[in-house]
Amino acid sequence: MSDVVGHSPALTAVQRAAPRFSLRDIAVPLLLPLALGLIWEGAVSGGFAEGRLMPAPSTIIATLGELAKSGELEVHVLATTSRVAVGFLLGSIAGVLVGAITGHFAMSRRVLDPTLQALRAIPSIAWVPLFILWLGIFEASKIALIAVGVFFPVYLGVMGAIASVDRKLVEVGRIFRLNSLQLVSRILLPAVLPASVVALRGGLGLGWMFVVAAEFMGAAEGLGYLLIDGQQTGRPDLIIAAIVVFALLGKASDALLAAAAKPFLRWQDSYQKN
Amino acid sequence: MLHIAHVSKAFARGGPVLADVDLTVERGESVAIVGASGCGKSTLLRIIAGLEPPSRGTVTVAGEEIRTPHPMVGMIFQEPRLLPWLTVAENIAFGITSLPGSERTARVQEALDLIGLVEHASKWPRELSGGQSQRVAIARALVARPSVILLDEPFSALDAVTRADLQRHMRALGRRMHLTLVIVTHDLEEALILGDRVAIMQPNPGRIAKIVTVPGDGDTDLARRELASSFAHLSGARNAAVLEGARVEYALTS
Ligand SMILES: Nc1ncnc2c1ncn2[C@@H]1O[C@H](COP(=O)(O)OP(=O)(O)OP(=O)(O)O)[C@@H](O)[C@H]1O
Ligand SMILES: [Mg+2]
Repeated sequence: MSDVVGHSPALTAVQRAAPRFSLRDIAVPLLLPLALGLIWEGAVSGGFAEGRLMPAPSTIIATLGELAKSGELEVHVLATTSRVAVGFLLGSIAGVLVGAITGHFAMSRRVLDPTLQALRAIPSIAWVPLFILWLGIFEASKIALIAVGVFFPVYLGVMGAIASVDRKLVEVGRIFRLNSLQLVSRILLPAVLPASVVALRGGLGLGWMFVVAAEFMGAAEGLGYLLIDGQQTGRPDLIIAAIVVFALLGKASDALLAAAAKPFLRWQDSYQKN
Repeated sequence: MLHIAHVSKAFARGGPVLADVDLTVERGESVAIVGASGCGKSTLLRIIAGLEPPSRGTVTVAGEEIRTPHPMVGMIFQEPRLLPWLTVAENIAFGITSLPGSERTARVQEALDLIGLVEHASKWPRELSGGQSQRVAIARALVARPSVILLDEPFSALDAVTRADLQRHMRALGRRMHLTLVIVTHDLEEALILGDRVAIMQPNPGRIAKIVTVPGDGDTDLARRELASSFAHLSGARNAAVLEGARVEYALTS
């Protein structure tokens, strides 16, 4: 088919497929936070604002620098990130499995879904005391809480995606006599991938939210611990530094997930660009 | 080539849809099936395709009974049903992935040529027009080299010009490749263009009420008149008016 691709109109699709990183893509989103930071910095250093409760960006950067130099930052980031990673992994595996089963078998959906929906309605923080009783105050209860938070959006998204796979496309597979394994890999999986990626990204976001709650339960390290520490020692710079790191990690992990899925979703994403 | 014997169908819910349908289609022959909406045309086609089991009776292709989809039978649906995550070329190759790469490439290339979409090979389906998409669906069916192709109102969603174009194309392809075609349509003119014979189905329960033979190369006027009066008789006068309309359209476009 190489001669096919050689024609110029055919090339456009290939060109579109190549990843493009322009300066604009990176600079534009940073404009607003940078401007706000600069304004605040000017307000504090010009004496218009006190900066005691809301320290200037330079103070926060200095705090981050100290934390990084002492090695504390690495410890906290590692602790929090690994909790999110393990919780996300467990929660999303369970969510994908249960979602796939209930999405595919109407009977299991009728049996399982009402109960799961009821469980979902429970504010997840309400599980904390129970998890502590069951699993102790250490890692297991924290990871369980994060996994629960991740589970529900992933479960819902995957179930919806599988239940709504176009029966007409499945029929195309049957006409060409695909076996069940081929049907899954060549039709079902690609069909549910976009919605599943959205669900996983939602789950990951919740994972970052729940890790804070989990670390508030009492932790000797982690960004959540840093937040508590900053409150107890009256250091808003520490709190804001931790918040900034949360924002960066959350954004970075989401971008990573999106980038990993992107090669598989080329067929549908280009119309969103301009 | 295709033999339908005493096929009846009733779905689990609802009354009989097909009752004792008999039809034999010779190799290389093209039969159009027309009939009122809901009379069971799609159901009959799906039974021939092996997508739906008959309640009674048998369908055989080249002597083999159809129970599940058969490699010798291809199907083209009303909608293109392209897989949106595959390019045009990949969609065309969808049914022949078990072939060695070079053979596959050659067949896809040939099919792209045939349907005039060579320069669209690496586009995504959503970048195609309705007519282009349906061409790809035709190519996808053809590359598997079936002997029988079933078409369920394949051109009804297209504008008149594209439709006429694809009808001519399909007829030429059918003749050239010596394909056995069964085409369901609600358009009597389309039936006359594509069918060597036209089977008129009657509803409640669906059965073949009459078969009109379309003369090979000449005058379809007689067949048209016969078809029109049978159709009007069998499915009410409203459809005769529809045919009159189709006839005027045909006169204008040909
Ligand atoms: N899966 C199904 N379950 C139950 N009834 C069905 C099913 N499929 C079709 N039917 C019924 O069978 C009858 C024939 O349907 P079919 O789709 O074959 O009609 P058709 O002739 O193709 O109509 P149209 O011209 O509108 O496409 C209809 O009454 C329809 O309601
Ligand atoms: Mg139909």
